[in-house]
Amino acid sequence: MHIALQACSARHPSAQAEAPPALKAIDLVLAQGGQVAVIGPSGAGKTTLLHLMACALKPTQGQLLLDGRDPWALRTAELQRLRGQLCLAPQVPPLPPRQRVITAVLAGLLPGMSLWASLGSLLYPRQIDLAETALARFDLAEKLFERVDRLSGGERQRVGLARLAVANARLLLVDEPLSALDPERARQACASITAVAREQRATLVATLHHVDMALQHFPRIVGLRDGEVVFDLPTAEVSPERLTDLYARHPDELTGAAPPLALSVADAPAVALTCR
Amino acid sequence: MVTQPAPLAVRRDPAWIGRLFALLATGVVAWPLLVLAEFKPWTLLSPESLRPTLHFLGDFFPPKLEPDFLLLVARETWRTVAIATVGIVLALGWAIPLALIAARPLSISALSGRMARVPAVVRQAVRWLLMVLRSVPELIWALIFVRVVGLGPTSGVLAIALTYAGMLGKVYADILESSDAQPTQNLLRNGSGRLQAFFYGLLPHSATELTSYTVYRWECAIRSSAVLGFVGAGGLGQQMDASMKMFNGSEVASMLLVFMALVWLADLASSLLRKSLA
Repeated sequence: MHIALQACSARHPSAQAEAPPALKAIDLVLAQGGQVAVIGPSGAGKTTLLHLMACALKPTQGQLLLDGRDPWALRTAELQRLRGQLCLAPQVPPLPPRQRVITAVLAGLLPGMSLWASLGSLLYPRQIDLAETALARFDLAEKLFERVDRLSGGERQRVGLARLAVANARLLLVDEPLSALDPERARQACASITAVAREQRATLVATLHHVDMALQHFPRIVGLRDGEVVFDLPTAEVSPERLTDLYARHPDELTGAAPPLALSVADAPAVALTCR
Repeated sequence: MVTQPAPLAVRRDPAWIGRLFALLATGVVAWPLLVLAEFKPWTLLSPESLRPTLHFLGDFFPPKLEPDFLLLVARETWRTVAIATVGIVLALGWAIPLALIAARPLSISALSGRMARVPAVVRQAVRWLLMVLRSVPELIWALIFVRVVGLGPTSGVLAIALTYAGMLGKVYADILESSDAQPTQNLLRNGSGRLQAFFYGLLPHSATELTSYTVYRWECAIRSSAVLGFVGAGGLGQQMDASMKMFNGSEVASMLLVFMALVWLADLASSLLRKSLA
C-alpha cells in the first residue's frame, strides 16, 4: 500500500485542547512494499504516527492518502473495508485472557470472513495449519491450543505478532514489537516480521526502541522527536552523530534497553462481579 | 536533608471536617426518609401483633407432605419453572440485540475519538427503551396482561419477558462496557465487523459474568413468577396465595421449601457453568 502524509498534525482525542499536538505537520511518503523503522525517544509521537496511518486517528490538519485516496472522505462501510487491508499490532497485545492462542491468531482473518464463517471458526477452528505456520515463525507452534492467560508476557507479544502473519494485510503497522522479548527472540521476531511483509508484498512500518535492531533489519529509518521528523534516511546514512542528536535529551534510551512495558493491563485480574 | 516535624497542633487530619459534614448530612437526609417509610420496628414486638404471627409461623411445622398435595405442588412447581424459563428466553431475544446496540465499545465511529451523532442518539434511545421496559414492575405488566389474555401462565410469561428484557439488556450493556475494550477496539480497527469483534474480543472477556448474571436473573424470575401467581398468573404462587388465605401454614411451608430447593439448584447450575467457562 502506498502511503502519503501531507503536513499531517494529530493529537490524541482525549488530549487537552491547549496541549501541543503529538504530531506537527508531518510529511512522509512510503512506497508500496517499503519497510521503515520509526525511532525516537519516548513521547516523540511514534504510536500516534502509527494510529494516524491505521485510520485509528483522524488528522487535525493536513491529509493522509492511502493508495492516493483520503480514507476520511470515505463512507463508514468503505473505511471499514479499507481498515480490513491493514493490520495494526499495538504494543500491549490485544488478547482476551480467556481466549485460546489459535482463536487469537485466527482473529487476524476476520476482516475477510463472513459472520457465519467466523462463528463456525469459533466452533471448530478453520485453517489450523495457517495458525500453526504463523506461530512457528515466532517459535510458538507448541502453544497452539493453550489459553492466552497461561502465556508469559513475551509469548503474548509474539502471539500478537503471529496475527500479522495470517492477516494477509497490505499495510503492517507494528508498535514496539520487541519490548517484552529477550535479545535472541527480538532478533528472530524482527527477521520474521520483515520476512512476512516481504512475502505478502505489504508495506511495513514499525516503531522500535531497539535502535540496533532498526539499523540491522530495516532499509530506511525515520527519526522522530517532539512530533517532528528529525531525519528520514536510508539506513546507511544514519550516522552515530544523528542518533546522539536524536536522543540528546534521553541518552539512556539510546544505549539502554527499552523502558519497562506496561503489560499489567493484560495481567490485571478480571473485573470483580459486583452486586446488581 | 532532614525537615523538622511541624508542631503537633497543626498536624490534624485535614479531611476530618469533610468527613464530619458527610456524616451529619447523611443523618439529616436519612431522618425524613425513616419517618416517611414509617420505620417503627417496635410494633413488630407488641403482643397484639406478635401472637398471631407466632401462631401462623407455628403452623409451618410440620410441612404438609401428603402424596396428592405433593403431586399438586410438583405440577405447579414445574409450571412455575416453565413460566420463568420461557419468560427469560423471550427476554433474552430482546435483551441481547438491544445490549449489543447499546454497548459503546462496539462503536466504529468512536474508534477515532468521539462517537458520531446518529449512533450516539441510537444508543441513548435504546438505553431509554430499556429503562422504560424495566421501570414498570412485572406485577403491573401482569395485571395488564391478565386483562388482555385472561388468567393463566401466559400473562406471567409476558410480564417477565418485558421487565426482564429491560433489566438484562441494561446490565449486559454495562458488563460489556466495563470489560477490557482494547482487544475489541483492535479488531474493529483492523476492519472486523461489530459482531465479529463482539464474539472474538468482548465475549471471551465477559462470558462468565454474563452467564452468572443470566442464571441469577432466572432465579429471580422463578421468585417473581411466584409473586405473579398472586394476581392470577398461575403456578406455585397461585397455590401459595390460596394456602395463605386459608392460613394453612404447613402448605405454605412445603412450598417455601420447594423455593429454597429451586434457588439452590440455580446456584449450583451457575457455579458449574462459571467453572466450565473460567
